[in-house]
Parts: sequence; C-alpha cells; structure tokens
Amino acid sequence: MNPDAKTLPYSPVEQSERLGQWSGKNVPRKEDKRLLKGQGAFVDDLWMHRMGYVHFVRSPHAHARIVSIDVSKCEAVPGVYATLTGKEVGELQEPYFQMAPEPGANAKDYCMAVDKARFMGEPVVAVLAESRELARDAAELVEVEYEVLPAVVDGVATVEPDAPIIHDEVGSNVGWHGVYDYGDVDWALDNADHVVRIDRLHFHRFSSAPLECSAALVNWDPGTGVCEFQTNNQMPMFAAMFLGPAIGLGIDHMQFVTQDIGGGFGIKITSYTYLTALALLSRKAGRPVKWTEYRWEHLAASAHGNERTFLDVEVPVMSDGTILGFKLRAFDDAGAYMRYEPLGAVIWSQVVPGNYRFKHIRVDYTETFTNKCPVGPNRGYSRLQHLWMIERIVDTVAHELGFDPVELRKLNYIQPEDFPYEAPNGCIYDSGDYHAMLDKALELVDYPAVKQRKEAAAGSGKRIGIGIGTTLDSGTNNFGQSRIINPELPFSGNGEAAFCKLDLYGEVTVTLGTTPQGQGHETTTAQVVADILGITPEMVHVRAGYNKANHTYVGFSGTYASQFAVTGLGAVIGAAEKLRGEMVRVGAAMLGGVDEDDVELADGFVRLAGNPEAAIPFIGIAATVFSNVAELPGELADSVSLNCRHVYRPPFAVPNSEDKTGQLTLTYASQVHVAVVEVDEETGAVELLDYAAVDECGRKVNPQIVEGQVHGATGHGIGAALYETFNYDSDGQLLNATFMDYHAATSLDVPMIKYGDIECPSPFTPNGAKGMGEGGGAPLSTISSAIQDALPEGAHIVYDTHNPPERVYDLLRSASLGLPRGVSVTSR
Amino acid sequence: MADSGAVHTIELTINGEQQTHNVMSRQLLVHFIRDVLGMRGTHIGCDTGNCGACTIIVDGQPVKSCMMLAAQADGRSIETIESLGDGPDGLDPLQEAFREHHGLQCGFCTPGVLLNAKTLLAENPNPSTDEIRRALLGNICRCTGYTNIVKSIEAAAAK
Repeated sequence: MNPDAKTLPYSPVEQSERLGQWSGKNVPRKEDKRLLKGQGAFVDDLWMHRMGYVHFVRSPHAHARIVSIDVSKCEAVPGVYATLTGKEVGELQEPYFQMAPEPGANAKDYCMAVDKARFMGEPVVAVLAESRELARDAAELVEVEYEVLPAVVDGVATVEPDAPIIHDEVGSNVGWHGVYDYGDVDWALDNADHVVRIDRLHFHRFSSAPLECSAALVNWDPGTGVCEFQTNNQMPMFAAMFLGPAIGLGIDHMQFVTQDIGGGFGIKITSYTYLTALALLSRKAGRPVKWTEYRWEHLAASAHGNERTFLDVEVPVMSDGTILGFKLRAFDDAGAYMRYEPLGAVIWSQVVPGNYRFKHIRVDYTETFTNKCPVGPNRGYSRLQHLWMIERIVDTVAHELGFDPVELRKLNYIQPEDFPYEAPNGCIYDSGDYHAMLDKALELVDYPAVKQRKEAAAGSGKRIGIGIGTTLDSGTNNFGQSRIINPELPFSGNGEAAFCKLDLYGEVTVTLGTTPQGQGHETTTAQVVADILGITPEMVHVRAGYNKANHTYVGFSGTYASQFAVTGLGAVIGAAEKLRGEMVRVGAAMLGGVDEDDVELADGFVRLAGNPEAAIPFIGIAATVFSNVAELPGELADSVSLNCRHVYRPPFAVPNSEDKTGQLTLTYASQVHVAVVEVDEETGAVELLDYAAVDECGRKVNPQIVEGQVHGATGHGIGAALYETFNYDSDGQLLNATFMDYHAATSLDVPMIKYGDIECPSPFTPNGAKGMGEGGGAPLSTISSAIQDALPEGAHIVYDTHNPPERVYDLLRSASLGLPRGVSVTSR
Repeated sequence: MADSGAVHTIELTINGEQQTHNVMSRQLLVHFIRDVLGMRGTHIGCDTGNCGACTIIVDGQPVKSCMMLAAQADGRSIETIESLGDGPDGLDPLQEAFREHHGLQCGFCTPGVLLNAKTLLAENPNPSTDEIRRALLGNICRCTGYTNIVKSIEAAAAK
C-alpha cells in the first residue's frame, strides 16, 4: 500500500467476509439453458394483439432541407394504419435535453428529421402497417422532396470557416471545446532532452455492431396512459431521461421491459430517439407498434463509435527514456447530433496518462458535428481512442530514439509499488501490476523465439512484427465528471439498486436494476447471494431481464461502462446482507430468543452455530413472517419484511470543473496484449500469427465469464484494427452499410486467443472486483504496434487504427519512395 | 402490392413432423418459421446471408433460412433449434459442451451456430481446430471472439 494512502480522497472499504464458497468459481450460467434451446425472449420474438409493423423512410442524403412530404399515396394503401412525419414530430415533441453548454446546447435534436436531414439514413417518415412487408412497400410510396445541401464529413475540416453549418442555431460545427492542462507541459518541452513530434494520428469510425439489431414493441395504452416499451435499449433510465420530457411522459407512465438482449456494447444506449418516434406513432394510431431494425439501418443510423483525430502531438522525453507527458489537439467527430456527447469529451480523461507515469499533459479537445451517423458509447468508449494514441506515442518514441519497446514501457509504467496511484488529474488508480502482465503476455507468445523468427524472416518477402498494447478499462464512472463539460449539469456519483427477498415458500428471489446483454448477471448474482445466505446458486432465482414496474432502480441503472461487478453486485451484496440480517433476527426469536450472534445461515437453514439440530428451514422463517405473524414479538414483526432493497453508492465527491480534476472513476482494470503479425511485402496483407491477452480486473466472481469477456473484447478490437470501418464518401454517403460490405470479424479473422490473467484486488470495492468487459481497445494498440514493428526502416509511422492491406502497402512503399514519415525529433 | 400474388401450398417435415401450409410467394423461410410456425429460436441478424443467426438444417445441410423462400421448402425436411435436446429442458451433448465451455454469451447467434456445428460433426466427427474455424465462417458471433465456440465444438467432438 502506498504510504500516502491516508491522503487519498477515499480509503479502502470493508469487504464482505462471507464471499468465497461460490464467488470466484466457474459456476455454469443460469442463462444458458434457455439460450441454447432457442427459448430466449428477444424483442423481435414478442407480439401483441392489434400491433402494427413500422418501417422508416430515411433520408438518402447526408445533408438536405426537406421541402415537402406527401404521404397520401402511402396512407391510401389498404392495411396501412398510420404515418408520422418529421413535421408532426416538430409539433408533438420538445427537442431533447442537451448535455453540452451553449452554444452546443442550441442544437435542436428530434427523433426524426423535422426541417432538414443531417445524415444519410436519418428517419424522415414512419409508416405503420399490418405486416412488415406492407409497411416496407407502402413506405416506397411516400414522396419526399429534398433540397440537397453541401455535406461535411471530415471531423477536423468541419471547423473551417467555409464549411457548411449543420446546426444553424449553434453557429458553427463545434459542439464543445475545452482545454485539459495538467502539470507544466511547456516546461517539460523546454527542458526535455528530446522532443518527438507526430503530425497526425487518426482513430477510425467503426461499431461493435451487436448481432441483434435495435428493436422495440411500444404500446401507448390509451386506457391507462402508460406507455410500455419492450425494448433492447441497454440503459432504459437514461433513455427515460431524454424521451420522457420530450413527449410529456412522467417516469411512472413509462414502463420498460427487457428480457434477453442480443449484445449491446454501448450501441444500444442512444436508441431513445427511435423509442420516441414509436411512442408518438403508437399514440397516434392507437395501436401497439413493433419495429426491428434491418441490418443496414443499424449500420447506417443507430450509433457509431467515436472517430478522433490527434494533431500536433509533442512528446518531451529525457535521455534515459523517461517520457514526461504530451501535448496535442484532439478533434472528436460526434456525427450529426450529440446524443450521448459531449460526455466523451471528458470520459477519456479517466485515463489521462494511460498506464504511465506521465506528469505533464495538455489536451486541447474539440467535439465537432459532421453529416454522419451520430456516435454512441461503443465498447471502450472514449478511453480507447486516447489509450491507442498513448501507445502510438510510446512505440514511436521507442523507435525514433532507439529504446527497446519492452524496457521503455517498464521504465514508464506506473510501478507496482505506486498503487493506489494518483494521476495528474486526481483520478486514483486502485491497483495493478503492468510489469507482471507484460512479462506474462510475452511469455505466452514465447518472445525470444518470436524475435528469432522475425530475424529469420528477413528477406523472405514476409515481415514479422511483434506488438504490445497496454490499456485500461476504467469502470464505475463518477457521473459528476459531466460537470467538467457543463458545470450546470445536475449529475454526480453513481449507484445501482438490487432487491432480494425471501418469498412465502422460502424461495430466494433477486431482481436487478441492470439490463444484461450476455454478461451473465443472473449467474454471478446467484453466486454472491448463495455465499451470503448459505445456500447454492441453484436455490437463488434471479429474475431474467429488467422490468421497471417490479424491479428496483436508480437513475444510473442499466448495463454499460464496465461496472456490474462493482455497482450491480455491490447492490446485491447489500440487499442479501439486509435479508440475512432479518432472517437471523426472526430465527433467533423462533429458536427461543437466542443471541443473534449465535445464529448462522448454512445449508438452507437458519440455525444455532453450536447446535445444527436447532435449525429452521427458510420456509419456516418465511411462513412465520408472511402467514403466522402472531407468533412473533410485535416489535420484530413490525420491523422485518423479508423484502430488502439496497442501493450501492461508491464514495465519490463532485469533481472540480474549473481545473478539470477529481475522482472520475472507481476502478482500473488493465490489459496487456501482445500480437505477432506477418506482413506480406507484395500485398500489405496482415496475418495474425499469434495473439496473447493478459487481463487484470481485481477479484473475479466467475473467472470463465471474465475470460469470455476478454475474448469478446479482443475479437472486436481485432475486427476493427484490420477489417471493420465505416467508409463515407465526400458527399456523406455511407458505402458499406451491410454485412456484405462491412466485414464483421469472422472465425477465421480472430485467432485462438491465448489468455492469461493476474489478480490485484481493488481496495475500493465491496468484493475486491473491478468492472470489466470493455477491454480498453487493447487489440487496436497492439496491432498498430505490431505492424509498426514489421515496417522497414524509413517507413511512415502507423498513423491510423484501421490498417487494411492497401494502407499497409502504402506504409511499406513510403520507405523506398523516401516520403515524409509523419514524425520528427528535436534533440538538445 | 405487398401481400398480393400467388399462394403456394407446401408440404414439409418440421422437426420430424409432417405439415402442410399455405405460404405467400415472397415469404422468406425464416419469416415462415418465426411468424407462421411461431418458433422464435431461429433469429435474424443481417438480412444478407452473412451472419448465420438464421441457420437451420434442410435435408441434412446447414442453410441460412433468410436466403430461401418458404415456397422452396416444399418437400424438404427442416430442423430448427427447437429440435435439439429432449423436451423443454434437455440439452444434447453439443449444447452441454457449449454450456460447459462458455461457448455463448448473449445467445443470439447460438441457435445458428449449434445447427451448423451439428452438421459439421455429422460429416466430420473429429474435426481439427482449423476445420472447426473454417466451418464457422458463415456464423458471425459478436460476443465470444469465437475462441470458446471452437473449444465447445472440440469438446463435443471428444464426447
């Protein structure tokens, strides 16, 4: 423990001593049987009487004024129930609340294009009909006249004075701007032995594209006035915050129901715009309305990951290899609307120095509008862009100044004894050992042998490269960081709720505020509750999915941002402990008024610790409280319910929005990946020869689930690094909006991943766990690093996250052509 | 217009049961299975024949049911995920292997993966790792990175 720990803003927390018999084990998942049998209930599996099917007419243009809309031919088709146009939306909906301060806040965002379309695929008219096919055909009869406007698609050029303005009310295409300045980077640049300058780095636009598209079955019940959303939105309480005020629905008149969700990865957070349109359409038609995205709609018009360009990167380095920090300008391309942005403009700063002891950092950050699909929080949200940039810096410094990339990392990493470590902006890194992880990852690929192989391949036409990626998966946000982008925002802290009850026949039932999409919450919850109540996970019924009407929740509820193991299970631990406390009190009374300290829960009984014969089964406790209550002393009967709610709240304070400092997140899971690639000199094709992923996420509740999350995040990163990118042309036309063209990584693209782990329990969480799952985008850093290592001397540096053969070919060729390399060094 | 056009009478075997249905010319087999038969274990993930979530078995071969019209199923024998494992709760050895080796997360691709794997193992009871990876090329999974799917199929083959 760091001797300065006592000065930390928060101290280690007491961890539950009862966890351990089931927590930490590979308990088979409770979810699996229904999913393996095809018995899951995904949204498109649902049906209601009188429901109609929705098809959206979408703008074929990236930027166009809507001159007129004529739905008469469409509405005349027998079987068409109703239409909803953007013009009607302009009258029925208030613009969504904007998180940006002015002038970004002046942007008017509606669920459909009202006066003009701002990206290709933006919905313009919704058609409701008796069948999916009819809705689609009738939509063809809608006549929309557009006045096409010039589009802007480049996230940096969009701020040029002559760029077309996307939101007239904002006055420019800047959604947010701010400067983050820690330490004294000017001093560092003046006093460094070397300054490495990188012209430009570009993090490309892609989506983790869950296999189940967005979908909803929405029913605005005219009888009760309650609007029910059966949806795969993965953060319903966040969605409610936007859509409720926009269409005048109180929170108790919005019901959200979800059971199984076919992946989310953040992309399903901003579907509130579609939920709004569906609610308005349901109210207008007086019918339940069902909508399931086609894949092309999902790729073109749901949400994309953030695209970011880093310019004028300056890195001060000392002669021993110590990197002092960096200075740069960042342009983050939010697309046409800020629907979760500009939160990304602060969330990256959870990992300001990455995994390194950098002290002097200045980032001039601009969030821009372009005529592209709005971004949403894609797996690794906003941190992975920054972490990739940092790893590009480290590799470039190593290469330009002749340092060994392994030794340079070990020199600059936060050292194992530094934890808990305070980053330059006040974030506290809870625990970690990046050195041990790097050693383990190198061992998994047999680093000495791979280095020999690289040398042996010289001259063969195939170049071997070895790459390292070190990243972070910061989890359990402090929503107070939103005040750094807008001091007026009324958000801070974080939390999650859970409910644990003993039911009439002695069953233990748990409900969660979360909306899992494959993370196994039912299973890990049951493991924790089983430990606390002395039963088996099979005896714990964790209700599948989320139902707002009978689950408990807080405003932060949902499944996002690597936090369930801390916030979700923190709530579960609290609720189960409260239930246990009540059961002990009732048991002590029923056992003749024995001391509560002598009562234990074990093997499904509440019993005397010293005399297991004196035992009451759970049903005995429940039946007494619920239906034989006169047996209990009145005071006790009045104070127990066997229905226990708990809200877990991490110990956050409100960050300082003036100097942009504070504790922005609670835990720091980490990743060290190593890739071995083979680059074909003739074609630029990159083949992954070997891949190791070493992960650290504190104490693991279910190691198999953790490993599965690591595999999945690795697959996404590999796909993005080599195959997956959204290609817009200069008119803002998305050229690859189907899985024919957008190459989602296949079984042949992802090698068999070599997995390793270490465990550094978090001192700040109730179970020692850290949130995980997003994975920090480690493969993007790792594969860029490996390709860099494979390039010949004199080649341009790897400057993009996405490296298809044609780009790698150009990099290879740049060496022989003597082209600029995108990097320069000044030494004292 | 949408649902006009010819209606075809088809006779087919669905999970071992002979059935006769009238289907629209334009109806996709996957929509027939989901909307008419009400069997919702066959999923739709892409509409272009790339993702394999709608994979079923037709006359012993894996077929993407979004790439076939219902009318084309006349005279065929089709198997869907609902045919795997006994009764509402039974898991067959392949399903057991996926459960044991964490070969699924969200479960949306899983029915298609299982049916594809079933035909692979029927043709090649002892596939190599690379043969399994090649066989899975038509099934996109966004959760697992494929590693545990491959391990699950290897384990099922070894049973």
